[in-house]
Amino acid sequence: MAYRTNLMLCTCTMCVSVGALKIKRKIEEEIKRHNLEDEIQIIPVGSSWLCTRGPTLIVQPDDVVYQFLKEDDIPHLVEEHLLKGRPVKSLMYIHPETLHPIEKLHQIPFYRQQRLITLRNRGMIDPDKIEECIARDGYKALAKVLKSMTPEEVIQEIKDSGLRGRGGAGFPTGRKWEVCRAVKGSPKYVVCNADEGDPGAFMDRSIIEADPHAVLEGMAIGAYAIGASEGYIYIRIEYPLAIKRLERAILEARDYGLLGENILGAGFSFEAHVFKGAGAFVCGEETSLLASIESKPPEPRTRPPYPAQSGLWEKPTNINNVETWANVAAIINQGAKWFSEIGTETSKGTKVFSLAGNINNAGLVEVPMGITLREMVYDIGGGIPNGKKFKAVQIGGPSGGVVPDSLLDLPIDYERLQEAGAIMGSGGMVVVDEDTCMVDFAKYFLIFTNDESCGKCTSCREGSAAMLEILTRITEGKGEEGDIEFLEELGEAVKEASQCGLGQTLSNPVLSALMHFRDEFEAHIKYKKCPAFVCKDLITYSIDPDKCTGCGLCLKQCPADAITGKLKKPHQIDDSNCIKCGVCRDSCKAKAVILKDRFDK
Amino acid sequence: MPKLKVEDLEKISEKVKRTMLLREGTGRAKIIVHMGTCGIAAGARNIMTALLKEIEDKDIKDVILTTSSCAGLCSREPMITVEVQGQPPVKYVDLTPEKVREIFAKHVLLGEIVKEYALAFGSERVA
Ligand SMILES: Cc1cc2nc3c(=O)[nH]c(=O)nc-3n(C[C@H](O)[C@H](O)[C@H](O)COP(=O)(O)O)c2cc1C
Repeated sequence: MAYRTNLMLCTCTMCVSVGALKIKRKIEEEIKRHNLEDEIQIIPVGSSWLCTRGPTLIVQPDDVVYQFLKEDDIPHLVEEHLLKGRPVKSLMYIHPETLHPIEKLHQIPFYRQQRLITLRNRGMIDPDKIEECIARDGYKALAKVLKSMTPEEVIQEIKDSGLRGRGGAGFPTGRKWEVCRAVKGSPKYVVCNADEGDPGAFMDRSIIEADPHAVLEGMAIGAYAIGASEGYIYIRIEYPLAIKRLERAILEARDYGLLGENILGAGFSFEAHVFKGAGAFVCGEETSLLASIESKPPEPRTRPPYPAQSGLWEKPTNINNVETWANVAAIINQGAKWFSEIGTETSKGTKVFSLAGNINNAGLVEVPMGITLREMVYDIGGGIPNGKKFKAVQIGGPSGGVVPDSLLDLPIDYERLQEAGAIMGSGGMVVVDEDTCMVDFAKYFLIFTNDESCGKCTSCREGSAAMLEILTRITEGKGEEGDIEFLEELGEAVKEASQCGLGQTLSNPVLSALMHFRDEFEAHIKYKKCPAFVCKDLITYSIDPDKCTGCGLCLKQCPADAITGKLKKPHQIDDSNCIKCGVCRDSCKAKAVILKDRFDK
Repeated sequence: MPKLKVEDLEKISEKVKRTMLLREGTGRAKIIVHMGTCGIAAGARNIMTALLKEIEDKDIKDVILTTSSCAGLCSREPMITVEVQGQPPVKYVDLTPEKVREIFAKHVLLGEIVKEYALAFGSERVA
C-alpha cells in the first residue's frame, strides 16, 4: 500500500521509558477512528533527536517534529495535522531565546549543525527492518569490498581516511587492522566494544538502537580486511533494547546471506555473536573485556602483547568501539578522501557526543570534528537554562577533564582537548553552570572510579581512595595547607603506576579542575568557603527578616523542622537542625531565604 | 529466505525506494491536498484516496503527497496544489476524482499544466 505519511516515532530506551509505546497505541487508535490507516504508517525508529524531550515524533514528508507528547495530545494532533494538514504549534520545539515554536526539524539549530555519518539512519529507518537499512545503502559497502577490493585495499582506504578509534584513546583504526592482519595465527577475531561504562554516556547504545546493521556491516568489512571469520559484540546487559535489536539484526542479516557462510555468494564467511557483559566499567578496557568473554575475572593485563598479537583465546584479535565500526561502511561507500576532508588536521570525520547537564538541548549529537566547544554549548546546546552563567564543560567522563569558559573556542580535536587537560574520550559531555562547585564535581568522578577500580593495581585501588579522602575533607572544610600539592603529586603517581587506562586517567578530573579552578580549591581550604554555595558544611541558610512575609510555606515544607516563626512574622532557621536541602529557598516566593558562608574568614 | 547476491541489494532498495524518498521529503513533485473543514466537506478525502490509488496503481516512487489547511478559497474546494520541481506551484480548484486523475497523468507525470482546471497558475491570487 502506498502511504502518504510516515510517522517516525522514537522508540529508543529513553522515549520508551517516558511512554512512547502508549503514544504509539493511541496514535493507532486515532488513525483508525479517522479511517486513515491506509494512508498513514507509524515507523518505530531509534534515537531520532532531542533525547530529553521524549516521546518525540517526526512527521514525514512534512519534516515537522513534536516533543513531550502525552496521550491526551494525540486526538487533537491526529485530527489537526494528519487529517486536516494543520501542524500543531503547541507541541513543537520552542526556541530557547526567541520563544517561538519551530516547525521543521531541519530548521532547529540543534539539528541543523549536526553532520550525520554514524547516525546516518537515525530517525529514518525501522531498525528491525533490514530492507529499510538496505534501501539507505546498508550492506552496499560490504558488497563493494567483497566484489572489488582486496583486504589490503580496504585497510589502505581506512588508513587514508584518517579514522581513529572512538572508544577513547583515538588509535588510528587502519593501522590497528594492518597490524592484526600481519600477525600470524588462526583463527582471528573481531570484537565490538559496546560496554559503554562512562556514567551518563549513551552514544553507543543509541547507535545500536537506531541502526544495528551499521555496526554489523562495519565488523564484517573489518573481518574481511584482517582475515577473521568470527566476531563478538560485547554489550552490557543493562541495554536490553539494544541487545534485542542487535540479535534481531543478526538473524535478519543471516537470513539474507549478509552474514554467515559465503556472504553474497562471494566466498567470504563471517559470523557475529552477541556477548552480554555484566556492566562493570573496567570491562570496557580491552584486555579486561576479552578476559570477560573467556569467562575469566575481568582484570586488565599488561600490554604488550596487544590484542592484535594475542587476544581472544590467545588468537589475533581486533577490537574497536561501536562508533568506530559504524563509520566503516560510510568510508568505503563515499571514499577516504571525502571522510578526510571533514574535521581537522589530526582528527577526521565526526564524533557523537551525549550532551547533558545544565544545558537547554540535552541529547545525542553528531558533529564534525573541529567545531568549537562554544558552538557545541550555545548553538547546538542552545545555551544554559534559567539565565545562569556557563561555568565549565566536562569532556571524557571519569577519564576526562573540565574545560573552562576561557577555552570555549577550543576546537574539538583529540590533541587540542588533551592540551587543555581533557580528552575526547568516548563522547560524554557534561555542561555545568555557575551553581556547580568544582571540588564537589571532581569528587563525583572520583567516587565513581574508586568504586569501579578492579583493585588489581595498588596505585589505582589505594590512590583513588586516598584522593577521594582528601577531596572529601576539602568539601567538609577540613582541608589543609599542602592538600593541593599532595593531590597533584598523588594524581601523577597514580597515572604512572597503574596498568590500565582506568588508573592511568582517574586523576584527570581532579588535575584538570586544579588546573582551571585552583582558586576554588583554595577558597575551600584557606577560607573554608564554597564559592558556589554547594558544600553543605561550608554554608548556612538564613531568612532575611525584611523580606520574609511570614507566609509559613517554608516552615511547612522543611523536612528537618528547622524553621520556626509565627504566621505573618519573620521566620528563622535553626542552623543546628538545618540539613541544607534548599527546599525553603526553592519554595519562598519573597526570595527571603539567603545563602551565606558559614565561616566568615 | 533465498540468500542474496550482490545485484539483489539494488532490487530490495528499489522496492522500498518510495518510502525512503517520502521520509527524505524529496521527489520530482509534491501534491498538496487542502484539507480544511471546508475541503473535507467538499470531498477532499475522495481526492486524497484517488491520488493515493494513482500512485499505487502506476507504481510511482518519487511523488510526495501531503496535506495542508484551507487555502482561503472555500467555495472552490476541493483543491490541490501541484509543485513540480523547478516550476512554480499550480493550484487546481473545483476538483473531482476524474479531474485529479487527469492532472496526475498530465501535470505531475509529464509536466503539462492542465489549464482548464487551474486557478491563475504561478500566482497565489485569484484572477
Ligand atoms: C577503564 C576503561 C574503560 C573503557 N571503556 C570503554 C568502553 O566502554 N567502550 C569502548 O569502546 N572503549 C573503552 N575503553 C577503551 C578500550 O580499551 C579500547 O581502547 C577501545 O575499545 C578500542 O576501540 P577503538 O580503537 O575503536 O577506540 C576503555 C578503556 C579503559 C581503560
